[in-house]
Amino acid sequence: MAIFDKFQQLAAVRRALAESGIQSINVVMDRVVSATEAIVNGRPLILAGTNNYLGLTFDPDCIEAACHAARTQGTGTTGSRAANGSYAVHVELERELADFFGRRGVIVFSTGYVANLGMLSTLAGPGDVFVIDGDCHASIYDGCRLSGADIIRFRHNDAADLDKRLRRLGGRIENTLIVVEGIYSMLGDRAPLADIAAVKRRYPGAFLVVDEAHSLGVLGEKGRGMAEEAGVEAEVDFVIGTFSKSLGAIGGYCASDHPELDLIRYANRPYVFTASSSPSIIASTRAALRVLRSQPHLRHRLWENSHRLYARLSGMGLHLSPEPSPIIAVRFDQREKAFAGWTGLIERGVYVNLVLPPASPDGSSLLRCSVSAGHTPEQIDTIGNAFADLQTAGGLD
Amino acid sequence: MHTYDSILQIVIELVKPLAPEGRGVREDTDLVSDLEFDSLKVMTLIEQVEDRFDVSVPLNILPDIRTVRDFTVQLQRIIGEK
Repeated sequence: MAIFDKFQQLAAVRRALAESGIQSINVVMDRVVSATEAIVNGRPLILAGTNNYLGLTFDPDCIEAACHAARTQGTGTTGSRAANGSYAVHVELERELADFFGRRGVIVFSTGYVANLGMLSTLAGPGDVFVIDGDCHASIYDGCRLSGADIIRFRHNDAADLDKRLRRLGGRIENTLIVVEGIYSMLGDRAPLADIAAVKRRYPGAFLVVDEAHSLGVLGEKGRGMAEEAGVEAEVDFVIGTFSKSLGAIGGYCASDHPELDLIRYANRPYVFTASSSPSIIASTRAALRVLRSQPHLRHRLWENSHRLYARLSGMGLHLSPEPSPIIAVRFDQREKAFAGWTGLIERGVYVNLVLPPASPDGSSLLRCSVSAGHTPEQIDTIGNAFADLQTAGGLD
Repeated sequence: MHTYDSILQIVIELVKPLAPEGRGVREDTDLVSDLEFDSLKVMTLIEQVEDRFDVSVPLNILPDIRTVRDFTVQLQRIIGEK
């Protein structure tokens, strides 16, 4: 097989999309107007397919903090955290995150993907074992693969299946890391983290890693995520997450009480060999974290919006993801129907994500809506109306 | 005690319902090029095999598997390590 032959299947899918007039991949936002609105191909759209859960991308304090940092500290660090790229602000953000999570230490990474890649590939090595939820994000799979450890999947959100797999490991338990997410990105369903933590307790020596990418700022009384919501933070050894969703920027973190975390920093190749985040990114992230901590009403508004849209779509009899969540997926057995639905929503002024297998968890195609605290109730109703109008026109059959 | 042949028969039995209609499944059948298995079908097959033999199959073996024979050889090793 020649080098480029393996891309032919992908090329065929892209051709089929192009022939259908679908341009859902690599949509170019001509102009983003607010946290929930953009112009695409001259058409104003309500954004219902971003991860901007708290709507902070246009928060005035975050923007001002970023501008001030760029003016005073420059546009980039031009170096790794391990070399010239550790500024005082990176360390201050790590201290603030450690305080927020109530953890001994935090490492800040340049992206959420690098956080998972770096932590998982460094924590484990050949001879160790990852037992991961089958629906985990690609960055988790990639980090596990890079480690050289054995990778075993357990059935999605099935604590009994996790238990069975841990039992089979016998004497390897002390070399085992369980990896789950707080909220899963495709269907927006939550991990049964209390049950998973209870299983972990039955296997002393096993470690638990929770990726809170979609649950930071979304779940828990303080917004710390699923582990806080489930009351099991003490059972979680490593919390990993991102700044690119509820904090409206880009970057990643790992928080832990294990004193070895600081050693992991120096052995962590994706961390050592990546340029650090620019001061403006760090500044807006710190400002967004202050907003997250001081304005819990944003979280409440997010959930009000999520329940409002879920109830509307559910009332229309659509095949939805299992529970109300900031991620609401409408499921289709045939990808052509999802294509048509996606185009129909664009024509009605609403942008959602089109998700096709194998990115979707069970072979179905998804129109994935993401709700934001920045959406007004009227915008949520407009999104619902677009689905309803499309359904009336036969575009969701 | 499972032998290579007994594992092979069970693997063929589990692969058949996942294969396109009318395609035969033999020891040298290639899961991807002959049966058009995608990642979802591979994961389904692994889950069924895990339940049948009460083992966990590490994903790390996947790059070494092209045929039913390859999968059976790896399974025999994993079952032997139980």
